[in-house]
Amino acid sequence: MNQAIGKPINRVDGRLKVTGDAKYSGEIPLENIAYGVIITSTIARGRIKHIDTSVAEKSPGVIGIITHLNAPKLYARPNFGHEGAAGEKLAPLQNSTIYYSGQAIGVAIADTLERATYAASLVKVDYEVETPLTEMGKERDRAYPIKKFVEFTVDFALGDAEGEFAKAAVKIEATYTTPTEHHNPMEPHATAAVWEGDCLTVYDSTQYIFGMRQGLAKMLGLPEANVRVLCKFIGGAFGCKYGMWAHTPLAAIAARQFRRPVKIVLTRQQMFGLVGHRSETEQQIKLGATPDGHLTALIHQGISQTSIFDEFVETFTTTSRTMYAVPNLRTAQSVVPLNKGTPTIMRAPGESVGTFALESAMDELAWALKLDPIELRLRNYAEVHPARQVPWSSKSLKECYALAAEKFGWSRRTPEPGSMRDDRYLIGMGMASACFPMEHFPASAIASISADGSVVVQSGSQEIGTGTATVMAQVTADVLGVPVEKVRFEFGDTELARSPGTVGSGTAASVGTAVHGAAKAVRAKVLELAQKDPNSPLYGVPEPNIETSQERIFVKNNSAKGETYQAVLARHNLQQIDANFDAKPQEEEEFAKCSFGAHFVEVRVDPELGEVRVTRIVGAFAAGRILNEKTARSQISGATIMGIGMALHEETITDPHTGRIVNDNLAEYHLPVNADIPPIDVYFIDEVDTHVNPIGVKGVGEVGLTGMIAAIANAVYHATGKRIRDLPITPDKLL
Amino acid sequence: MKPFSYVRATSQNTAIQGVADRQSAKFIAGGTNLIDLMKVEVAQPDRLVDITQLPLSEIEINSDGLRIGALVRNSDLAYHPEVRSHYPLLSQAILAGASPQLRNMATVGGNLMQRTRCYYFMDIAAPCNKRDPDSGCAAIDGYNRIHAIFGASDKCIATHPSDMCVGLAALDARVRVSSSNGDRIIPIADFHRLPGDIPERDTVLEQDELIIAVDLPNSPFAKNYHYLKVRDRASYAFALVSVAAALDIQNGTIKAARIALGGVAHKPWRAFVAEDILVGAKPTEETFTAAATATVSDAKPYRHNQFKVEMAKRAIVRALMNATEQS
Repeated sequence: MNQAIGKPINRVDGRLKVTGDAKYSGEIPLENIAYGVIITSTIARGRIKHIDTSVAEKSPGVIGIITHLNAPKLYARPNFGHEGAAGEKLAPLQNSTIYYSGQAIGVAIADTLERATYAASLVKVDYEVETPLTEMGKERDRAYPIKKFVEFTVDFALGDAEGEFAKAAVKIEATYTTPTEHHNPMEPHATAAVWEGDCLTVYDSTQYIFGMRQGLAKMLGLPEANVRVLCKFIGGAFGCKYGMWAHTPLAAIAARQFRRPVKIVLTRQQMFGLVGHRSETEQQIKLGATPDGHLTALIHQGISQTSIFDEFVETFTTTSRTMYAVPNLRTAQSVVPLNKGTPTIMRAPGESVGTFALESAMDELAWALKLDPIELRLRNYAEVHPARQVPWSSKSLKECYALAAEKFGWSRRTPEPGSMRDDRYLIGMGMASACFPMEHFPASAIASISADGSVVVQSGSQEIGTGTATVMAQVTADVLGVPVEKVRFEFGDTELARSPGTVGSGTAASVGTAVHGAAKAVRAKVLELAQKDPNSPLYGVPEPNIETSQERIFVKNNSAKGETYQAVLARHNLQQIDANFDAKPQEEEEFAKCSFGAHFVEVRVDPELGEVRVTRIVGAFAAGRILNEKTARSQISGATIMGIGMALHEETITDPHTGRIVNDNLAEYHLPVNADIPPIDVYFIDEVDTHVNPIGVKGVGEVGLTGMIAAIANAVYHATGKRIRDLPITPDKLL
Repeated sequence: MKPFSYVRATSQNTAIQGVADRQSAKFIAGGTNLIDLMKVEVAQPDRLVDITQLPLSEIEINSDGLRIGALVRNSDLAYHPEVRSHYPLLSQAILAGASPQLRNMATVGGNLMQRTRCYYFMDIAAPCNKRDPDSGCAAIDGYNRIHAIFGASDKCIATHPSDMCVGLAALDARVRVSSSNGDRIIPIADFHRLPGDIPERDTVLEQDELIIAVDLPNSPFAKNYHYLKVRDRASYAFALVSVAAALDIQNGTIKAARIALGGVAHKPWRAFVAEDILVGAKPTEETFTAAATATVSDAKPYRHNQFKVEMAKRAIVRALMNATEQS
């Protein structure tokens, strides 16, 4: 029965994407569309004294300009962590206050994009400027502590960590800093709003259509039933398309005011400021250990940035409460409000930068103890979840270490820093652990079989490029015993069954469970029809004795005794038979659930010029059942590349005086290019996890990023003897 | 982007006339820099004169060297057999810059006219003497990691972003320009300016002057050369520091030397003092270090770019070592 799941089949939408036939949100053809261009503040703190739209309004093709002076009332939404949340708790254009540079202060609407762009540039703004708070380090006195953020308890204590650290035989104490980063998906945020009477349809590039529907309805003061959100394809998201940002409600109010569809596509510059970012962090780690390398204390604390008007926490201490067996554990975080936008989730929020600190510190400890970094990790292997003291649903981290180390050739590494060379270059090898919690959200799906034998399975959901549409077809195909090509997964529409946001690496588990349940339910319906039908070869055959395979239903081990789905439907004069399923996460807390992995990295460092090149990456991951080996591998590879960027390249720089982002483009905000990316070998450990969900999936979207940065930093240390605790590791830091 | 008119010039004269009568008219060829600047309103020409139809796309070999038409694409120049065999330093420099897609569009003349990547020049909300004369310089007290360590002024600390021009500087190129007053030849060392009190002027070109060609004299530097670029990522990043190094080594002695630096000044920075030290000396690491040390002795870094001094020094040594090893 299990034929499709796990297979490395190609994406079902691959051809559409590479040929350009896939229509993204900004490309949906809509009649009489008008174009909106958002006007943003050039100061980071103060007030709009005067805004003059008179010249802009007379500009050719202009339909109208909306500012705080003429915008309709919008109802603010809470920010991250609530249903129907906005990216920021700040309804756009409601008053003249400026909290950050790049804040939306108006929108120009015209008949073409060029004319709207020009009109936006003609709006003159006179500000009352106040000195912005821009530097987290300088404003640390304003930090306030966080008990809990969303579901994450960050203020945590187990045993007496400070006391045991003070007594520890071996101590590591270090501070790690990571910069502000922006998501920069290839596709910028795009939205198109269409009104029919009091009903609004929005084509939006969003990771959460149902959240967007609720958020929009509440912000606009509409019943939710009046709002429909569609999203067929997304050109990358990484978290910045989860919450609702200003452009979507602005398109909606402009479309309503000017009585025609309005489209807004953000510029690349606007992607730096209007749609969130990963906060900078300053993290302190203290590790206490026995001389033989057993951790006695782990303290992880520090600060991150939030905006003046919102609370968002980059939860960088999460993995420190999960990763190692340590009896005395303390985590604490504070946030510093600055005149910057509200940070938001960005792939492995917290875990990515948190594991940079934790896994670097473990490397420092390994070196202090003269222990192999893998051996140190094995000596502190957590057989149960250290903070919760519950067993793991499954954990194959030891197998990950062993397999990746072998494939990488870790045994060839000479431990002394600077001891490996290739001509004038220093070679370094580093490793780190990876860990990301399994997320499971409620989701629903409907599966249907048609008279022609084709299968459609539907769930709202979103395809952010992970392969969701492909793996859902695979799950369905196996339940029904049909080829994948016979199954179509329909998604991206709030008219379909309700599903969660595509976040937390949770879609395969959540929507997958719903799809699996719906497929089983529709299969059961067909089987029941056959079982009760004297004309069916399966009449009276009990369900456990029935097999479905090759588009047929038949008696187990006797494929001749059976029939096709079509035959059953035809005999009952049915055009279609369908069934829905509401999947809920298991409530019980008897298990801790995480995907795990191990990264091994080789770098080549130019000792005189400071340039670092990653030359080899091997990783092994255990994430429950892998639904599609190819798309799963792509997820890990993509996260790995993001890790290279965070380790070596990415940094958003804000001018300290003005609070403006200075490198708001892809020439100066450095992401890894092809030349920076070495061969990446990804291995999966087979895992059967019966505790997580009926399909045994733990998620692969983010685990590949956790630990990756530290693996590179550890390799750089091994190459050079220089411990870089401040990202990114640019050439100047290694001179 | 502001509205502008667009004309396609059919002859050199009409092209020149097209910009001569107004300050806000500009030539356009590949557009790889100008269009970007127009999108962010840093450049606001009201007329673009497209010169891509002019017959300036030839590379001619003559007894004096090479004449490169102003419209020759960067990629065509880098891969031209004559350039690869006789001016390989230039080929290396060009291929160190931008990306294949950009090099396929960008022209030689346009590359000479590239504008700085200074963050504050690129942001119309920031003061910038280069973009908006007498408005101030936000970079001096701002974030200046990518800025100049040589030849800056209290008005401007921007750098020139080109790699190709650094190669041309080392090869003593001459820029041929044409205007209604006739033609003139500008040595590459004089073509780009230091900012001084008028940072708004990147080059010595007058409004109505059109670059028609770049001449390369016969070169003894086809054997011992190296273009070294230190950058934040492996490709598609502007130089933190780059070095074009060329040596003419005869019987173990340096007969002629050329060193030019990129990413460190408002123009490609010829290290004449280093060249003087090298000529007549043996090509050893000690000599190279002395030349490099002398070059950076008058460097004036700012808060965030102090590393460039040491980096430039090491890059000069490395480039010279690589140039020497090439033979």
